[in-house]
Amino acid sequence: MTVLLSTLALLLSMTATGFAADTIKLGVAGPHSGDLAPYGIPAMRAAQLVVKQVNANGGILGKQVELLIQDDQCKPEIATNTATKLVTDGANVVLGHICSGATKAALGIYKDAKIPVMSPSATNPPLTQSGDYPNFFRTIASDDMQAKMAVDFALNKLGVKKIAILHDKGDYGKGFAEFAKKFVEESGKAEIVLFEGITPGAMDYSSIIQKVRRNDAEALIFGGYHPEASKLVSQLARKRVKAAFISDDGVKDDSFLKVAGSAAEGAYMTGPRDLSKIPLNAEAVAQFKAEYGSEPGAFFQEGYAAALALLNAIQKAGSTDYDAVTNALRTQYVETPVGKIKFDAKGDAEGVGFSVYTVKNGKFVELQ
Amino acid sequence: MDYFLELFFGGLTRGSIYALIALGYTMVYGIIQLINFAHGEIYMIGAFVALIVAGVCTIYGLSGVSILILAGIVAVIYASAYGYTLEKIAYRPLRDAPRLSPLISAIGMSIFLQNYVLLAQTPDFLPFPRLIPEFAFMEPVAYILGSPELVILVTTLVTMILLTLLIKKTKIGKAMRATQQDMNMARLVGVSVDRIISLTFVIGSALAAIGGVLVASYIGQVNFYIGFLAGVKAFTAAVLGGIGSISGAVLGGLILGWAESFAAGYISSDYEDVFTFGLLVLILILRPSGILGKSTKQKV
Repeated sequence: MTVLLSTLALLLSMTATGFAADTIKLGVAGPHSGDLAPYGIPAMRAAQLVVKQVNANGGILGKQVELLIQDDQCKPEIATNTATKLVTDGANVVLGHICSGATKAALGIYKDAKIPVMSPSATNPPLTQSGDYPNFFRTIASDDMQAKMAVDFALNKLGVKKIAILHDKGDYGKGFAEFAKKFVEESGKAEIVLFEGITPGAMDYSSIIQKVRRNDAEALIFGGYHPEASKLVSQLARKRVKAAFISDDGVKDDSFLKVAGSAAEGAYMTGPRDLSKIPLNAEAVAQFKAEYGSEPGAFFQEGYAAALALLNAIQKAGSTDYDAVTNALRTQYVETPVGKIKFDAKGDAEGVGFSVYTVKNGKFVELQ
Repeated sequence: MDYFLELFFGGLTRGSIYALIALGYTMVYGIIQLINFAHGEIYMIGAFVALIVAGVCTIYGLSGVSILILAGIVAVIYASAYGYTLEKIAYRPLRDAPRLSPLISAIGMSIFLQNYVLLAQTPDFLPFPRLIPEFAFMEPVAYILGSPELVILVTTLVTMILLTLLIKKTKIGKAMRATQQDMNMARLVGVSVDRIISLTFVIGSALAAIGGVLVASYIGQVNFYIGFLAGVKAFTAAVLGGIGSISGAVLGGLILGWAESFAAGYISSDYEDVFTFGLLVLILILRPSGILGKSTKQKV
C-alpha cells in the first residue's frame, strides 16, 4: 500500500514537473476578495479570457499558457507573500498587482527573481520613475502623465512662453500643478510667471486673474476640479484675459460645460482617452459580456492589455528569458484594447491613457 | 496704480457682499445676543430660490433684468419666510434657556438646512444664469470694474441706506433700538418684543437673500454648500467690526474684503485666508469688542 502510494506520488510529481516545463506560467495577483475585490476581479477575468483564447489558438511558442492566480487583498504584507508564492510556483511573468502600495511591496521580490511584472492599475508615479524597478511595466497612465501631456500641449502645440500655474491646494490639484511646474522647468522652453493656490469656494478670483494678466501669461494651467475651473474661465473672459486655459480630467466633466457656459469655449483639458474607437476594446468587452453577462468593470481593458502585452512579448522574444522579454516589451508594439502600445525605458506605456480635449460648441472634442 | 485700483474695487465688491450678510448676524446678535449660525444657509436658500424662479421665467420667455428683479423679490420673500420660521421653531422656545442652547440649536439648523437642500435639490454645482447684463466699458476701466461689480455695489449701497433710514427714522426702527437696549424695559413701554425679534430675522434674511442672488449671478453657480463659507466670512466681518453694531458690520465687511483682495494680490492667494483670519485675531487681541463695538459691562 505504502509502496503504491509513494509510486503514485512520484508519478504525480513527475507528471507535474514534466507538465510544468511545457507551459508558460502567467501569474495574476490582485485583490480577489475583500472590499477592493471589484478592482482586482475584472483584471483577473481579463487574463482568463485572454489565456482561454490564446490556448484555443494553440498557445505560445507551442506551449499552453497556465494561470497562477493569487489574492493579495491590496494589502502590502499579503502582497509580499503572494509574490513569494508566485515566484516559487515558477511564474514566468506576472500581471499585477492592483493597488500601488501592494505593487510596491511585491516588486522587490519579483526583481530579485527576475520576473517581469505589469500592473493594469497602479498609477503612483515613482513606481516607474524612481528607476528602482526595471522589471515593472504598466498599461495605465501614471498620475503625472496628465501634467506631462498638458505641458507638452502648451509648449509644443500652443507654443506659449509664459505660463501661470494655479491649483486648488488639494492633493489631486496640487499634485498635478507641481508636476506641471516640474515639466515646464525641465523643458526650459517656457517661464513660469505665477504658481499659486486658490481657495476653493471663494466668491471670486479676480485678484488672481489680474495677476495672470499682469504677468502676461499666455497660458493658465490649473490643477483642480470643475467648480473652481468654471469660475476661473468666466472671470478670465470677463477681465478679457487672453491666456489659454489648460486643465486636468477633474475639469473634464459635463458640469463644467453647463456651469461655465460660453466661457468654457476653447478651454483645454486632459482626460481619459476615448476607447470606444479602438476595435479590440469592443471585442474584449463583447467577449466579457458573452462569458459573464455583465459590464466588465474597472481596469478590465488595462488588464486585458497587460495580459496581451506580456504574452506577445514572450512570443516575440521566442523564450521566457527575462532580458529577452523585457527587451521585447520595450521594442515591440502590440494591439490592445487601450490602443497600440509599447513601453518606454521606465516602464510606462506609450500611447495609452490620456488625450487633450477642447471645448467646441459646448462639447468636449478630442484633439489628436 | 491701476493694479491697486483693481484690487481696491475687487475687495470693495467682495466686502460689500460680506457686509450685506454680516448685517443679519449683527442685527440678530444686537437684539437677542444669539449668533445665528444658520444665516449662511438662508443666503444659500435665497440663491436657490432665485435659480428656480429664473428657470421658470426663462420658460415663459422673460429675459435679463426683469428676471433678476423678479427672482430677487421672490428670493427675498422666500428667504424671509425661512428666517421667520427658523426663529419661531428653533430659537423662540429656547429664549429663556441658557445661552449655549440656542447656539447649539443654530448649528443644528444650519446642518439641517444644508442637508435639506442637498436632498431636495442635488449635491452638484448648478449653473446660475448671468442675469446682470454685461456692458463693455472702455479698455482701462474694463479691467478694473465691470457692470456686475457696479450692480453689486449700487444694490448694496441702496439696501444699506434703506436699512439705516428704517432704523433711524421709522417707528419700527425706534422699537428695534429700544429692544436692543433693554428687552424688558421695551416690553414695559408697550413694544411687542416678539414681533420685533421676528422682524429682525425677516430683515436679516432678506438682506442675505439679496446677497445670495447677487453673488450667484456674479459667479454663475450655486451649490448647497455655498452658505457655509459665506456665513463664516460674514460672521468674521461682523465680529471684526464689532458684533451688534450696524455700521461695524459694514466696516468689518469692507475691511475683510480689502484684506483678502490685497493679500491675494500683493502677497499670494495661498495665504488669503491665513491673512484675513490673522487680522481677525489681531484686532480681537487689541480691541476685544471689535472696531466699532462698544465694550458693555455685564448686566447684573
